[in-house]
Amino acid sequence: MNLFAVIVGAGDVDPAQSLNWLFPATSELIYGGLASIIIFSLIYKFAGPAAKKGLADRTAKIQAELDGAEQALSSAKAEAAEIRRAAGDIAAERQRLLAEADSQASALLADGRARLSAEIADMESRAESEIMGMSGRMGDELRVEVGRLSSEAVDRLVADTVDGATQQALIEDFIRKVGAGS
Amino acid sequence: MSDARIEGYARALFEIARAEGTLDEVEDELFRFARSYESSDALRSALTDEMVPAERRQAVVESLLGGKSTATTIQLISMVVGSGRGRDLPEVIDRLVARASESKDLAVAEVRSAVALSDDQQQRLAAALANATGRQVNLKVVIDPSIIGGIVATVGDTVIDGSVRTRVEELKSRL
Repeated sequence: MNLFAVIVGAGDVDPAQSLNWLFPATSELIYGGLASIIIFSLIYKFAGPAAKKGLADRTAKIQAELDGAEQALSSAKAEAAEIRRAAGDIAAERQRLLAEADSQASALLADGRARLSAEIADMESRAESEIMGMSGRMGDELRVEVGRLSSEAVDRLVADTVDGATQQALIEDFIRKVGAGS
Repeated sequence: MSDARIEGYARALFEIARAEGTLDEVEDELFRFARSYESSDALRSALTDEMVPAERRQAVVESLLGGKSTATTIQLISMVVGSGRGRDLPEVIDRLVARASESKDLAVAEVRSAVALSDDQQQRLAAALANATGRQVNLKVVIDPSIIGGIVATVGDTVIDGSVRTRVEELKSRL
C-alpha cells in the first residue's frame, strides 16, 4: 500500500486506533503534548542551568583557549622578534668583532712592521759600527805590525851598523861625557 | 828567603872570602856569575830545581866554574846552591859585593857594555864615574849585547844610560 492510500484510508479504521501510521490520535496528541511540555519544562528548569553552565564553561574554555592561543601567538611573535633582534645583535656583534679583529690585526701588523724596521735599523747600525770598529782594529793592528817590523828592522840595521870601531867610539864618548859631566 | 837570611848569607860569604884573602877576586867572580845566572834561564832552572839532588846541582856549578874561577868562589856558590838557596844567589852576591865595596869605602858601579872594556877603559871609566858621583867606585863590568852599543852605568840609585838601545827606543817612541 502506498502512502497516499494509507492517508486516505485512515477514516475507515477504529477511532480508538490511530488511523495514520504517522499521526497519533487526538487525545494521544493532547496527552503526549502535555507530557512533552511538562518534560521539556522540567528539563528546561532542572537541566537548563546545567546545560547553560556547561555551554558557558565550554565557551569560556574555548575563549580561554583562544586567549591562550592568542597569547601564545603574541608571545611567539615577541619571541620571534626577540630572536630576530638577537640575530641582528649577533650580526652586529659579529661585525664588531670582525672590525675589532681587523683593527687589532692592523695594529699588530703596524707594530710588527715598526719593530722590524727598528730592528733592521739597529742591525744596520750595529753592523756599520762593527765594520767601522773592525776597520779601526785592522788599521791599529796593521799599524802595530808595521811598527813591530820597523822596530825589528831598526834593531837589525843599528846592530849591523855598530861595528867594533863604533863600539869603541861610543865607549870613549860615554867616558868623556861622564867625566866632563861632574 | 827573608832579607835577614840573605844578609846573613852575604856576610858569611864575605867573611869567608876575606879570611881566605881572595875577597877582590872572589867578589868579582861571584858578581859575574850572578849576572850569568840572571841572564840564563837554563842555568837558573838547573840550580833551583828542587827535584834535582843538591849534589847534582853542586856538580853543575863545579863543571861550569872548574878551572875558570878560584876554589873559594866555587865552594861559596856550591854552598848556597846546596842549601837550596840558589834562587837568591844574585841577591846574596850583590849584598856581598856591596859589603866588600863598603869595606873599602867604595860604591859599586855596575857597568853594562855590549863589548868588553880594556883595562885602560875601565880605569878611565872608574875615574869618570868617581868624578861624576863624588865617590870612588868598585867597577863591575857586565857584557850585555842587548844594549847594542855604548854603556849603561849604575851607581847606587843613579843610572847613566849611554846605550844605543835606549837611543833607538827613544827614537822609536818619538816616531
